[in-house]
Amino acid sequence: MDGTPCLDHFDIPPRAGLGLKAQHYATILATSPDVGFFEVHAENYMGAGGPPHRYLSAIRQDYPLSLHGVGLSIGADRALDKDHLERLRGLIGRYQPGLFSEHLAWSTHDSGFLNDLLPVPYTAETLSRVCDHVDQVQESLGRRMLLENPTTYLAFAESSYAEVDFIAEVVRRTGCHLLLDVNNVHISATNQDYDPFDYISRYPDAAVREIHLAGFTPRTDEAGRPLLIDTHDRPVDALVWQLYGHAVGLIGPVPTLVEWDADVPEWDVLHAEATRAEVLMRQVIKVPHDAR
Amino acid sequence: MTLADRQHDFGAALLDNRLPVPPGLVGPDGLPSPGRFAVYRNNVMVGLIDALSDAFPTVRRLVGDDFFRAMAGVYARLEPPSSPILLNYGAGFPDFLTSFPPLQELPFLPDVARIERAWVEAYHSADADPADVEPLLHLSPAEIGAQHLHFHPSVRLQRSAFPAVSIWQSNQPGQAANPPDMSVAEDCLILRPTAEVSLQRLSPGVAVFLQKLMAGASLSDAATAGFLTTPHFDFPKTLSGLLLSGALVGWSRNPNPFTGPRP
Repeated sequence: MDGTPCLDHFDIPPRAGLGLKAQHYATILATSPDVGFFEVHAENYMGAGGPPHRYLSAIRQDYPLSLHGVGLSIGADRALDKDHLERLRGLIGRYQPGLFSEHLAWSTHDSGFLNDLLPVPYTAETLSRVCDHVDQVQESLGRRMLLENPTTYLAFAESSYAEVDFIAEVVRRTGCHLLLDVNNVHISATNQDYDPFDYISRYPDAAVREIHLAGFTPRTDEAGRPLLIDTHDRPVDALVWQLYGHAVGLIGPVPTLVEWDADVPEWDVLHAEATRAEVLMRQVIKVPHDAR
Repeated sequence: MTLADRQHDFGAALLDNRLPVPPGLVGPDGLPSPGRFAVYRNNVMVGLIDALSDAFPTVRRLVGDDFFRAMAGVYARLEPPSSPILLNYGAGFPDFLTSFPPLQELPFLPDVARIERAWVEAYHSADADPADVEPLLHLSPAEIGAQHLHFHPSVRLQRSAFPAVSIWQSNQPGQAANPPDMSVAEDCLILRPTAEVSLQRLSPGVAVFLQKLMAGASLSDAATAGFLTTPHFDFPKTLSGLLLSGALVGWSRNPNPFTGPRP
């Protein structure tokens, strides 16, 4: 970093970025490490003031920023929370993030905020509801959002779309962009027994503006079948790196975030994981469309 | 099944393990898989318990990890968060502790939890520049006494019938745990004037003085209340400490009661 304020640089470069963690604020400000961008969870910066805003403002002076929401509940049957949308607008106005993303999931219902990214059935009714919500978000934020493919541990008997076709239809109807979480693809494909390479090949690559990578915890279900849990608490798995190479071959170089949200390691370990993503991104040559 | 019904049943069963797993939630073979639904049940509870564990580390230390997680789980089922902003989660936890029967032998624990809660609130509260107090010192004593003080939004006053402050302090990382004198009542002021949250233990009479000021009383009326509480109330020392603490954002001849939470 040359230390020049770059608040006017809204775009996130096609490089590797890292989730910004409070325990690394001081190291980042003291050492100005070479990182493509930082990403924060929007809800962690919805306090009125205090150290989180102080540090984020300082770090934003030197790095591109991506804003990742985890609480908007786009897949819920109920109306979007207007106050929450307003808070997102406020954060976007204040920090000018290059990207804003949210999940194809729901978390808020009659019983309150359920604090997890819950799965939706892939039906025509859900599709229409999700598209209305994405339209509403894009209208009220005045920008395109990125929708992220979910982690799923189960399927709904009533689903009538394959997940990737459902997502492609949301893109077609709303014009939204996509976040491809390669770890989520691996987890869901393993848990639901489908081919992750095929899923990525069918993902609408022209709409992808960001990739997520993370680690997972392997478990089994009651029948002894593999059940991978999206824990973000360890390095990226070898299979996920392979899938990432496949994805970059189709999409080309694209902002890639390493998520590590629990058992967060020392800065150097985290930074090495981002460097690995960036090296891989530069090595992979994009496959021309007519050669696929 | 409509999406509304699906999510109602899914959400209710997530928080209540006694409810059966909703039908139609299946594994890759298309057959029901309760083990998979259990992952979501577990995620929700672990996430909420972790949030409480981060917000109340001293309470956790005092009761032990296992007990804390079990107790936090009971609370999370009773009071799941109403907002996706988990920074605010746990406001009702100290009151829950007062009514949790297994804690009857630790009657000071809710007050320790209130200190931790006040700390979190001060940390995330709105920013404001502490006032330059120099001009106040140039007023006549009568004029000073007529002033009403305006408090920084991060200020939190905590009163306890127990030595909650000593217990909190001796359970911070790196502190030796000294057995406190359980007959002592302790008050403290928590605030974050700039970057760091600080906690000051208050001398006798000071909490009443501050309570009056925060309710909008003038300095002289608040000082009188302090003296009536205890003849040991040291007004000059208390006032200079308050002025230097960064707890004030201004003053005026008109009342301007503190709008934040008051004990």
